[in-house]
Amino acid sequence: METTVAPAGIDIPEPPTVGALFAGFLHLGLIGFGGVLPMARRMIVEKQRWLTPAEFTDLLGLCQFLPGGNIINLSVAIGLHFRGLAGAVASLVGLIAAPSAIVIMLGVIYDRFKDDPRVEHLFAGLAAAAAGLLVAMAIKIALPLRRKPVGIVIAALCFIAIAVLRLPLLPTMVVLASLSMLATWKFQK
Amino acid sequence: MTATLLALAAIFAELSLLAFGGGNTILPEMQRQVVEIQHWMSARDFSAMYALAQAAPGPNMMVVTLIGWRVAGWSGVLVTTLAKFGPSSILTGVVLHFWKRFKDRPWRRIAQQGLVPMTVGLVAASAALIAHASDHEWTLAVITALVALASFATKIHPLWLLAAGALGGLSGIGLP
Repeated sequence: METTVAPAGIDIPEPPTVGALFAGFLHLGLIGFGGVLPMARRMIVEKQRWLTPAEFTDLLGLCQFLPGGNIINLSVAIGLHFRGLAGAVASLVGLIAAPSAIVIMLGVIYDRFKDDPRVEHLFAGLAAAAAGLLVAMAIKIALPLRRKPVGIVIAALCFIAIAVLRLPLLPTMVVLASLSMLATWKFQK
Repeated sequence: MTATLLALAAIFAELSLLAFGGGNTILPEMQRQVVEIQHWMSARDFSAMYALAQAAPGPNMMVVTLIGWRVAGWSGVLVTTLAKFGPSSILTGVVLHFWKRFKDRPWRRIAQQGLVPMTVGLVAASAALIAHASDHEWTLAVITALVALASFATKIHPLWLLAAGALGGLSGIGLP
């Protein structure tokens, strides 16, 4: 990792180079198991000091607002901020390169051994556990809605449309998101 | 082959722009497209792919890469990766440009808050669909329930819970 020695008394870190962005996000991609966000904050704010805590929170707010993974968007935004298009590409490719290779490797293993009953059982258990993590996550993010009846209705309608009726996402989203935003706007007045 | 790649590109580019609230919100639509419409794999295989991706490090949408690879090999990986990460990234870049201007506008907060119940409903739908496809034996349903409980009530690292689930499966209890 490059460290630039700033002249004494001046505490403005040098903007990261394209190579440093790639290396930083490559590292992040490798260490982030089950949620990269806490690791990302540590690397970007505390270790590399690319952003101040306030800048990080601000940028993360934008990235959460937009479609796509938070961390994916964050890598693009940080890359773009410091080094333009080349920086954005370097950060994004750095972030997904190692996980892509690993996930494909796991896929090869799964395909080769899935007919072996023991491996089949192992993967079945793994899949059941992954489902459990998702169930817990759904409960955690649903809890803040418990005092918001309108929110509960929208969430329930969305669940029924998508999981039970298997309606396509795009029209479901257009209708329910508009309703939800309208309700948010009405009720805050 | 070209038709398959085009279908992959179209499906994942659309999902890329609809993934408000992160990757888990688009799992149901991804499953609907990949399993029910295109018949590229069974629902059980889809859940297995999702589980594999969760066991790997990195952002949580690596299942996309795996689907691309499974459906069309290396060109599939390239196409799905570009389609899934390209459009949302370009949008991020464009919006970043204007961000400072409307950061404090009230409509931004309304839009953001309005999307929250959608995210909740979609993640719950993801959980239901993945659990439904994964838990084809009672033992597996027990594993799902125990992992959900442990993940909800404790701070145990998800990777340990995945490992415990895999071991539970390996024990073969109640499995054919």
